Amino acid sequence: MVKIDNVCKHWPRSTTAAVNGLSLTVEKGTLVTLLGPSGCGKSTTLRLIAGLDLPTSGRIEIDGRDVTSVAPEARGVSMVFQNYALFPHLSVRDNILFGLQVRRTPKAEQALRLAEAADLLGLADLLDRRPAALSGGQQQRVALGRAVVARKPILLMDEPLSNLDALLRQEMRHELRALQRKLGLTVLFVTHDQAEAMSMADRIVLMKDGRIVQEDAPADLYARPRHAFAARFIGAPAMNLMPLEPGPDGPVVAGTDFAPGAPDGATQFGVRPEALRPAAQGLPVIVESQDYLGAETLALCRAGTTRIALRLPSASAPLPGTRLALGWAPEDAHFFRADDRRIEPAGATSMARAAPRTLIPNMEH
Amino acid sequence: MRRIPLIPYLLILPGLVFLAAFTHFPALLAFWQSLHSTPRGRRPATWTGADNYAAMLADPVLMKVLWNSAIYAAATIPASIVLAFVMALWVNGRMPGRAFVRLAYFTPTILPMVAAANIWLFFYTPGFGLLDQVLSGLFGLPSTNWLGSDRSALWAVIVVAVWKEAGFFMIFYLAGFQAVPPALAEAARIEGCGRWTYVRRVLIPLVAPTTLFIAVNALINAFRVVDHIFIMTLGGPNNATNLLLFHIWETGFKYWDTAQASTLTILLLVILAAVAAVQFRLLERRTYYR
Ligand SMILES: Nc1ncnc2c1ncn2[C@@H]1O[C@H](COP(=O)(O)OP(=O)(O)O)[C@@H](O)[C@H]1O
Ligand SMILES: [Mg+2]
Repeated sequence: MVKIDNVCKHWPRSTTAAVNGLSLTVEKGTLVTLLGPSGCGKSTTLRLIAGLDLPTSGRIEIDGRDVTSVAPEARGVSMVFQNYALFPHLSVRDNILFGLQVRRTPKAEQALRLAEAADLLGLADLLDRRPAALSGGQQQRVALGRAVVARKPILLMDEPLSNLDALLRQEMRHELRALQRKLGLTVLFVTHDQAEAMSMADRIVLMKDGRIVQEDAPADLYARPRHAFAARFIGAPAMNLMPLEPGPDGPVVAGTDFAPGAPDGATQFGVRPEALRPAAQGLPVIVESQDYLGAETLALCRAGTTRIALRLPSASAPLPGTRLALGWAPEDAHFFRADDRRIEPAGATSMARAAPRTLIPNMEH
Repeated sequence: MRRIPLIPYLLILPGLVFLAAFTHFPALLAFWQSLHSTPRGRRPATWTGADNYAAMLADPVLMKVLWNSAIYAAATIPASIVLAFVMALWVNGRMPGRAFVRLAYFTPTILPMVAAANIWLFFYTPGFGLLDQVLSGLFGLPSTNWLGSDRSALWAVIVVAVWKEAGFFMIFYLAGFQAVPPALAEAARIEGCGRWTYVRRVLIPLVAPTTLFIAVNALINAFRVVDHIFIMTLGGPNNATNLLLFHIWETGFKYWDTAQASTLTILLLVILAAVAAVQFRLLERRTYYR
């Protein structure tokens, strides 16, 4: 278990904090992703946990022990780096065994663990090669092997899949997840790819500007974003967000006279492209263009002053120029205040609890 | 008929002219002269065949000179490389004022060898030189004539050469270290690898190409740079610091035996060619990790 308590990191000569009062608990045996745009402090957080950098303030605990200023090797963590950080002059075997050799683990034990790791990761035939003679996916496996033979309970990974091509990345997601479950590892996984986070994580920690925006299970993050930033960041394409303006019977979508039933204080109305359906009555839009995705088509529409996307099966996609009215299920409507925080419509909380969304469309799994 | 492209030849022409005029032609001329006697007064040079070579090999001074050159090379090359590596390691770390320390280490390189030799001449002066003042002031040792004694003179000029070269080579190691991704050091750290183990198992192998390059330069310099001999010892005492290139100068311009000097030049060329051949073999075999 990793516990971070109110950790801050100020880099020298930087006016803002890279990590700003972060608190987080990673339960034993779970895979947690740190998700967020580039520069939001994900890597810094990971490096603080690894001990490669020291926090300016705050406390880090691993398995109940305060490790805030403990050396990296004594924290019981191993790490996989974005560019794998393999030693180019060493064979795959020596790369995997590097830590054990340095720590003078008995030779027999080394051989045992090497065989186990090579078997687990399919590296048995590559042990004598140098990293330069391996494909990206194989290098990735060697880096994993080096982390796994250390038998540290906690594995930290900084964008480990971002250098792989799309197909391999899909494959490695599943492999990584399977490995984590099999070995019962506690994994903290950094990524900027929301699809990667959604498909792998037990919990997602969404970050922005060194702070946590929302920490939730993937399904909850998708179904109930607590912040407009979370709404925009999760899901592809992103949630449609429409500004609201005052109308005769409560707030209306800007540029229309449609009132989505916004609660007091709401200034933005959000609904996902896949939650929108043509209806007899609803939000009036004009289809402007189409984005063909195969089975589905994205219809880009104008709703008042905003452009929104609507995701439909390709067979029923409306042609550009079509006027439509759009509807959605009540639990698919999201409202946000001027400060971007979520605001629940009256009674919606109990409704959401009564009928939890079990089916999440359009998640890569 | 195939037309010979003119432009490429025109482009290499200037370089070729200078190389031919100042390198190839003098080398051939030296070889030609080494096969003749030295012209004196009204007596022109006459063909003597291998006589000059026989005389050269029979000369006990040459044996002393070759021995000196061997010791000089064997001491300056490893010492300057090790010192450069250690200084680069030290200066590469995160420490306050490292730009200043880098500059301090690099200063001897900027200094002309003649100036450096003059500074060291003062250090070595018996009685009131820096070295003697420190040694006798702190430890009460008797005054030593570092450059005037057979036993210490060669080592004294070796120290100057190492001092002069190490700062220059340090720059190459610094560049070599920059090319090693920081993540490697971090990965090693997480694995519990100590600093010395990291240097031995990761850093030294990874900068091996740099080391080879530096070694080549150090080797060439060991035969090429004798400026400090002129300032400090003039090859003495009793040929204790006489190095091959200085010996050539002495033979040619002090004793005016141009034929013998040409013969010695050919010997130097043969030694350097052999060294170059070994270098190229090593360079060809050098491993490219990326
Ligand atoms: N070693 C460093 N020195 C100074 N600033 C840094 C350093 N590492 C990261 N930063 C800054 O800290 C912020 C967060 O960086 P990082 O944690 O790498 O973001 P992420 O991994 O989420 O893309 C960025 O503004 C970055 O410029
Ligand atoms: Mg990063």
